[in-house]
Amino acid sequence: MQLSVENLRVSYGRIKALHGIDFHLDKGEIVCIIGANGAGKSTTLRAISRMVPVEPGSRMTYMGQDLLKHPADRVVSRLGISHVPEGRRLFGNLTVLENLQLATFARKDRENIPADIDRVFAIFPRLQERVSQKSGTLSGGEQQMLAIGRAFMSGRKIMLLDEPSMGLAPLLMLSVFKALREINQREGTTILLVEQNARLALQFSSRGYVLENGSLVLQGNSAELLANPDVKKAYLGG
Amino acid sequence: MVFFLQNIINALQWGSFYAMIALGYSMVYSILMLFNFAHGDIFMVGAYIGFGVATGLVTLSATGFIALPGWVILVLTILLSMFLTSFVGMIVERVGYRPLRDAPRASAAITGLMIGIILETGNLALMGARRVSFPPLIESVTYNIGGVFVTNKKILIVVVSLAFMLALHLFVQRTRYGMAMRAMAFDFVVVPLMGVPVNTIARLTFAIGSALAAVAGILFGLAYPVLDPYMGIVFGWKAFVAAILGGRGSIMGATLAGFLLGFIEIFVAMIFPSTLRDLIAYSIILLILVFRPHGFFGEPYSARLRL
Repeated sequence: MQLSVENLRVSYGRIKALHGIDFHLDKGEIVCIIGANGAGKSTTLRAISRMVPVEPGSRMTYMGQDLLKHPADRVVSRLGISHVPEGRRLFGNLTVLENLQLATFARKDRENIPADIDRVFAIFPRLQERVSQKSGTLSGGEQQMLAIGRAFMSGRKIMLLDEPSMGLAPLLMLSVFKALREINQREGTTILLVEQNARLALQFSSRGYVLENGSLVLQGNSAELLANPDVKKAYLGG
Repeated sequence: MVFFLQNIINALQWGSFYAMIALGYSMVYSILMLFNFAHGDIFMVGAYIGFGVATGLVTLSATGFIALPGWVILVLTILLSMFLTSFVGMIVERVGYRPLRDAPRASAAITGLMIGIILETGNLALMGARRVSFPPLIESVTYNIGGVFVTNKKILIVVVSLAFMLALHLFVQRTRYGMAMRAMAFDFVVVPLMGVPVNTIARLTFAIGSALAAVAGILFGLAYPVLDPYMGIVFGWKAFVAAILGGRGSIMGATLAGFLLGFIEIFVAMIFPSTLRDLIAYSIILLILVFRPHGFFGEPYSARLRL
């Protein structure tokens, strides 16, 4: 077990967002969390990357060591868990190259950075064409590629992706997911994906969890979930 | 014409002080979205630290133990005072602002004002109520260029200020720390997801802003050698005006607006009686802000995103 989450509880003020969820990730697998708007999917990812405080009693371990003792920046730089946030959140005032470079801020192996940037460009050739363009001028698809490229540069033991398909045309969606699979296979990166597009996420992943109102209500391998009548009815449009 | 040129030189010198102090306001605002209202007093503390270092070096030099020429003392004073004053800024950040990172902005503003008062009265307690005079360090030489009188100190002040502004610009544009600052200015919240320790960047920003204020303090001491514990208040407010006028968070804007403020003040005083200087000068600035409320380089609305 690479990442283990036990009894994860998060509240925003009085509103409870997660009521103690348990799940785990094994090294190299692709796992998805599906659920409706407001079910707590983004909160789950933000809790792992330490962007939101967790309630006492929550436990998270990475390779057996306590994840909660690391602040957000060290979850990335020490543990190698990167997070592609909802809405991409690129630094629009920085160029494509600067966005990639910023993600290497705390890396100690600085000699490997140029080669890694080349690998990002090999996966996403479109980014190389726009290398010195301000990232605010990129199209939606290019922005998603850059957001993934940035995560690749900062840490790639585990990649957390928040709605990578959002706002993308179907063809672009497919190419983004293809690139993710490529990263997963070549680098052994574990991928945890949260998606509203449940069908796409389940087709792409090997295991899945269903999150409803802050609780995990169902889990299993993705093929089973795709065939599950309840999942079909609630998330796959019958 | 000669009179005009004379005033341009005075305005450049005056503008240098404002610009150097305004940069500290602007940098902190751009990454943390708060105005460090203690910044004017950090300028004052920088001037006093400069005074202490310079006096110490002059005394040391006078003992004949190591005889240092005046310009060496000046360079050492600037560098040492920058170093020491940067710690004042870092302490202010750590003690005063970091605990309030998520508090309402008004709390941070009040904290800044209180830290300012602590620095003023602390200085008063430490140094007494007497004013101190900054050692001259370099001999004043006046050049007469076609009727325009320029002192070597004025040239020095403008050149040193411009050099530090250029250095800051290069730092922000070319280094990874500068890149992290620019990123924080755009979207504070996601910066940690890039593995960037935001507290380090915040601390660094306060350190740089304070070091620049120390330079301004020493240069001010060279031109106007009498220091008092409240000298930072008016300068602080005026530099704050420059930071707003430049566009909140814009380094280029703060620099230009600092110089503009110098020009407006000097040229208003050239035409009107000097007692009316600030009244007229700041009415002009008020007018500019009415037509350009977000300043020269600021954004019309906050483009920042919140998680």
